[in-house]
Amino acid sequence: METKNIMIVGVGGQGSLLASKLLGHLLMEQGYDVKVSEVHGMSQRGGSVVTYVRYGDKVSSPVIDKGEADYIVSFELLEAARWLSYLKPDGQIVTSTQQIDPMPVITGAASYPENLVEKMRSTGAKVDVLDCLALAEEAGSAKAVNIVLMGRLSHYFDLPDEAWQKSLEAMVPPKFLELNKKAFELGKNA
Amino acid sequence: MKQLMLGNAAVARGLYEAGCCVISSYPGTPSTEITEEAVKYPEIYCEWAPNEKVAMESAFGASLAGKRSFCAMKHVGLNVAADPLYTMAYTGVNAGMVIGVADDPGMHSSQNEQDSRHYARAAKVPMLEPSDSAEALEFARLAYELSERFDTPVLLKMCTRIAHSQSVVETSPRTEAETKPYEKNIQKYVMMPGNAIRRHPFVEERTRKLQQWAETAPINRVEPGRNHEIGIITSSTSYQYVKEVFGDTVSVLKLGMTNPLPVKLIGDFARKVEKLVVVEELDPIIENHCKALGLAVSGKDVLPIEGEFSQNLIAAKLGGTIHTGRAIEDTIPPRPPVMCAGCPHRGLFYTLSKNKCTVLGDIGCYTLGAVAPLAAMDMTLCMGASISAVHGFNKARGAESEGKTVAVIGDSTFMHSGMTGLANIAYNQSNSTVIILDNSITGMTGHQQNPTTGYNIKGDPAGRIDLEALCRAMGFNRVRVVDPYDLKACDAAVKEELAASEPSVIISRRPCALLKYVKHNPPLTVDTAKCVGCKSCMKIGCPAISIREGKAHVDATLCVGCGVCEQLCGVKAFG
Repeated sequence: METKNIMIVGVGGQGSLLASKLLGHLLMEQGYDVKVSEVHGMSQRGGSVVTYVRYGDKVSSPVIDKGEADYIVSFELLEAARWLSYLKPDGQIVTSTQQIDPMPVITGAASYPENLVEKMRSTGAKVDVLDCLALAEEAGSAKAVNIVLMGRLSHYFDLPDEAWQKSLEAMVPPKFLELNKKAFELGKNA
Repeated sequence: MKQLMLGNAAVARGLYEAGCCVISSYPGTPSTEITEEAVKYPEIYCEWAPNEKVAMESAFGASLAGKRSFCAMKHVGLNVAADPLYTMAYTGVNAGMVIGVADDPGMHSSQNEQDSRHYARAAKVPMLEPSDSAEALEFARLAYELSERFDTPVLLKMCTRIAHSQSVVETSPRTEAETKPYEKNIQKYVMMPGNAIRRHPFVEERTRKLQQWAETAPINRVEPGRNHEIGIITSSTSYQYVKEVFGDTVSVLKLGMTNPLPVKLIGDFARKVEKLVVVEELDPIIENHCKALGLAVSGKDVLPIEGEFSQNLIAAKLGGTIHTGRAIEDTIPPRPPVMCAGCPHRGLFYTLSKNKCTVLGDIGCYTLGAVAPLAAMDMTLCMGASISAVHGFNKARGAESEGKTVAVIGDSTFMHSGMTGLANIAYNQSNSTVIILDNSITGMTGHQQNPTTGYNIKGDPAGRIDLEALCRAMGFNRVRVVDPYDLKACDAAVKEELAASEPSVIISRRPCALLKYVKHNPPLTVDTAKCVGCKSCMKIGCPAISIREGKAHVDATLCVGCGVCEQLCGVKAFG
């Protein structure tokens, strides 16, 4: 199989690490060759962060380049727009509606663009939008946004629900498992 | 068992399987996780040393004592440890010793993008370069065999994309390495001129032997392509980009050892292809080797020296399929890293900004004090430079600068290489003011303990260096501690110590707000009836505060209730 590419984008500290661990486990279990690339250190301090997940028969490069992403999973609208150029012509964006002002917007040096979803769609991109923060809070914790997004992403994968459940059980600490399973369901059925 | 493993974790696994017993490292992105993963194996003694030089010398001591040892550092850390490295090349080792060094092309988290391969060439020690996690594990094991067989320390070079990428590895059980007997050998281990001069020919002979080994080593392999128009010599992550773009259409010479480089293997490869290209990130080291062999070769004439490569870059420069994307018309505002909400450094930097101080900075989270709106930093160079440089600055300018110039340095950086600079101030007597930003942890690299925290790498109680006592013992009469959440106290401390006619140390002390044991206050709220929209609270650059409809707004999910903004509000709108 040709290599498939998933990007997870957001703001440092939003929990993309668990999402990529979950996907890594899930895709390994399906027998794929997998590479997951993370960014640590300076970039984590509230900066724009990106994680690359690649899978297929044989994956070479650890990163995803412009025009290559089959999916962009985004925790934040501006970040979805920032990485839009990485989406394949027929790629799918799954994004939370959350908006977090970057420092140049806070200081007034720049403004947060309006109507980002419409603008992204007008480029021909397929954009699936949902209020993941509200759903995560409904599940019991604002921190479960990552798993709400994974639930939503599962829509686009031809994999049985049990496979996702198995990876959730393997990757989420037992005391947060119920909460995260609920978050997954809420994202999936939204 | 097959599993997905981070490159750095795979190095740690390789060290474990090879029977490594002692690891001493200093944290530095992207090398930190090697040691953090290794500490999970109870068979390996692991520690955070105060700096890379100490780490390397400790690992050397362990090797001398007969146990396989390791130290890890980032590329710039190898500058600090260069002194022992160059002479360990002469002494060689007793038990195997491996040095992990992680480069950062693209400077994701570094102050420069120097190429560590120069060190391998200059110090004349072998260097292995894995290109994924499986090789990281395999090469860590191989490095010990080479170290003991050729009597040399071995450099294991990682880079950000290999260190911080997970890929599939297959693990094996640990093989205990036998403890080598320790035998006194003055000629080999006491590097005074009469002995060292006899070791140098050994170093040159060893390089020749290693080069012979490199000619047929399985880690330097030719992957024949379907056509012979282009032959690419490459290594590390560049190899992965080449394979991504060209698959098996071109011939590839994949080098797992980049020092010393083979001669015959490269010459034979070059003769079988019509055009020879070297694909390597950063400096043209393999390319220059080819040129020295008299080969016609392309490399940095088409590929950049600066920054990281990617598959699109390789395709664009060498002729492959380039993927392009789309964009919206709006300008997307950048999202640079910032000091976290509740960061204890913020109050102190606000004070320095308000007092229009010249601030000679250092390496750590607090380097973000240079970012607008605080912009309270004038210089950042390398670990420890703040204190040495403030001394030189004041010696050059005298009274003109003494009253407004400060050095700022974190607790871990101070232990790393700030103490010697402080000794210079105490000894050569400049009237300098040094501020130690003590957040009780090594923050930027992800919370590692250090000699001032009282805990070791496992989180167990350890020796603790008392910063106040240390500064006083060095001869500073003026040593005071302030809470950076208290702006009034910070302002008084900075003004008084700058005005004092003798050198002084201010310790700005409060634990990092991200530490698990730190209790947060409830988030603040803004009384919009009181707020006049003056934006005074915006001067501190807190990511939790923004202006909405002309009034200050606090993001309750980010605010930790530090109260610094509250102290800036003239109308008491925060509550």
